[in-house]
Amino acid sequence: MKHRSCLIAAGAAALAAPLGAAAQTAPRTAWGEPDIAGVYSQFTVAPLERAPELGEREFFTPEEMAAHEQQRLEQLARVDETEPGTAEDVHYDFGTFSLSAYEGATSPNSRTSIVTTPRNGRIPPLLPQAVARREARDAARRGREFDGPEFRSLTERCIVWPSMMPPHLAFGYNSNLQIFQSPGYVVIQGEMGDPRIIPTDGRARPTDGLPQWNGTSIGRWEGETLVIETAGFHPDTAWRGATENMRVTERITRVDEDTLDYEFMVFDPETWAEPWGGIYPLTELGGVLFEYACTEGNYGMANILSGARAAEREAAASE
Amino acid sequence: MTRVALAAAAFLAAAGVAAENVLTEFPRTPAGLPDLSGVWQALNTAHWNLEPHVSDYPVVIELGAQFAVPPGLGVVEGGKIPYLPEALAERDRRFQNRLTDDPEGKCYLGGVPRSTYMPYPFQIFQNDSDVVIVYQFATGLRRIFVDGKDEAPLDSWMGWSNGRWDGDTFVVEVTGLNGLTWLDRAGNYASENARVVERYTPIGPNHLRYEATIEDPTVFSRPWTIRMPLYRIVDDGFRLLEFKCEPYAEEKIYGHLRKPSPGAAEGASR
Repeated sequence: MKHRSCLIAAGAAALAAPLGAAAQTAPRTAWGEPDIAGVYSQFTVAPLERAPELGEREFFTPEEMAAHEQQRLEQLARVDETEPGTAEDVHYDFGTFSLSAYEGATSPNSRTSIVTTPRNGRIPPLLPQAVARREARDAARRGREFDGPEFRSLTERCIVWPSMMPPHLAFGYNSNLQIFQSPGYVVIQGEMGDPRIIPTDGRARPTDGLPQWNGTSIGRWEGETLVIETAGFHPDTAWRGATENMRVTERITRVDEDTLDYEFMVFDPETWAEPWGGIYPLTELGGVLFEYACTEGNYGMANILSGARAAEREAAASE
Repeated sequence: MTRVALAAAAFLAAAGVAAENVLTEFPRTPAGLPDLSGVWQALNTAHWNLEPHVSDYPVVIELGAQFAVPPGLGVVEGGKIPYLPEALAERDRRFQNRLTDDPEGKCYLGGVPRSTYMPYPFQIFQNDSDVVIVYQFATGLRRIFVDGKDEAPLDSWMGWSNGRWDGDTFVVEVTGLNGLTWLDRAGNYASENARVVERYTPIGPNHLRYEATIEDPTVFSRPWTIRMPLYRIVDDGFRLLEFKCEPYAEEKIYGHLRKPSPGAAEGASR
C-alpha cells in the first residue's frame, strides 16, 4: 500500500514538475494550498522513547525491524490475557473490537523512537520545580481520589485528552484525527477532543492571554508544510506536567497519498531544561470520524463515584 | 460602494468596528456559490422558547431578574408547534422538570436545530466537498457532506448531515438524530424519528435566513418550520473561544454521588 502510493505520488510529481524545479509532491486544494485534509490514525509501531541501549541510533536495520515486529505481534497475541482478580482483568479488554490500539491503521516505522530531539530519543527529565508541582497536585488529591468529580483526571471528566491536544501523541484508543481545510483555516479535530480552529490567514497571535484548555493556535504555510504555533494553555491542562507557558510547534507535511508527517517540538523551560520533540506518520483511515459525545455517555464517572460510596457504606456497616 | 455603504463604513470605523469586517456584498466561492464561511449567531429568544412567550421567573427563583426568561415573539411559522395530544402533555411535563432534565444544563451536545439558536456563536468552514460547523457550546462539531448520499450508521446527538445547493440556498437534510436533546429550554422536543431539513440563504451581506423544517409523525401532526435571521459576527479580531462546560455541569450530574462530608470539593482543581 505504502509503496504503491509513494510510486504514484512520485510519478505524478515527475509529470507535473517543470524540468529543474523541485518536485511538488502534495496535491493542492482548489485555492492552492497543499491538501492535507483527511481522517488519520496516530498509531505507529515506533515507541515514544528510545531504548537507552540504542544510544543515538535513529533507525532499526531491516533485520532488527523484523525481529521487533515479531516481538510486537507476540505481545499483541497476549494482549487480552489478563490475570483474574486484577484491575486489568475487569477494566477494558483491549483485545475487544474497537478498543485495540493496533486495530485499523498502524503505520510501519523503522524509527527507534518517535522522539528525535534530544538526540538520545528520550524525553528530558522533569526539572525539580516540575516534580514539585506534580507532587503538590498529587498531594491535594491523595486520599480523596473518589470524593467527587473534581478529583478525577481531566480525561475522565471529558475536559482534555493528552492525545487530542497539541502536541498530538497517540494514547490508548480512538487516537484518530480529522483534518479539514477551507480558505484561511485548518481545523483539526481529535476523535475524542475538541475542534482546534487554526487560522492560516496571516493574522497576528492574540495578545489577550486568555487561557484555553487546548491552547490558542496560529498556523502558516511554509512551502509544503503547515506550521502551527500554539501557546496560552490553561494552567490545569498541565500536559505531562508542563506549565501554562508551554509552547508547541507542529509541522504537518504530506508525504504520499496515505501519509502525513507530523513533527512537533515542545518548549517549557519551567518544566524541561531543553526543548524536545519528534516525528511520526499520520496514516489515512479512509473513513469518517463518528461523534464521540464524551460527557453524554460518561457512565464511568457515575460508576466510579457510586462504587466508592457503596464501598464506604459497606465499610461503615462492618464497623 | 454606494454612498450609504460608505457612510455606514465611516460610522462603523468611528464606532471602533473595523469596516472590513462589515461586508458590502455576500462573498462567493470561485465556483460562484455563496460562501457561508464566517462566525454567525442568532439574536432572539428561541433558545428559551420557540413559541411566542411572555417573560417569566427564572427556573431557580433565587437567581433573580438577570436570569429571568425574556419575552419573545417566537420563531415557529404559524406560532404553535403542532404536537399530537400526548406529545403536548410530554412537552408540558418536560417544562415542569426543566431544571433537572434539560440536556443543556448537563453540557450535552445541542443537536440540530437547537445548536443554531443557542446563545453562543458558531463558525462555518466551507469548501467544495464539506461544510463544517463548529459550535461554541460544548465545542460541538458537525460535518455536512456536500452532495452526500450516505446514511447515518447509527443515531447521534448532532445527527448525520447531507447538504446540497439549491440556487443560493444551502439545503441540509439531517437524519440519525438520537432524540435525546431538546429544542429549547421550555421542554419542546422531537424524537429519534425526526428528520430535519435546514435552509441557509443569504439575505444581505452580513445576514443569513435560517429555516428548519421538522418532520416527526410520532410527535407532530404535520411538519412545521422555524425561521430566523443569523447575524455575522463583525467584531474586530473575533475568535471562537472554548466553552468547555463540563466542569459547570458536574455538580448537576454527579453532585448526589459526592462523598457526603462537608468541604469534599475544596482544594480540587477548578
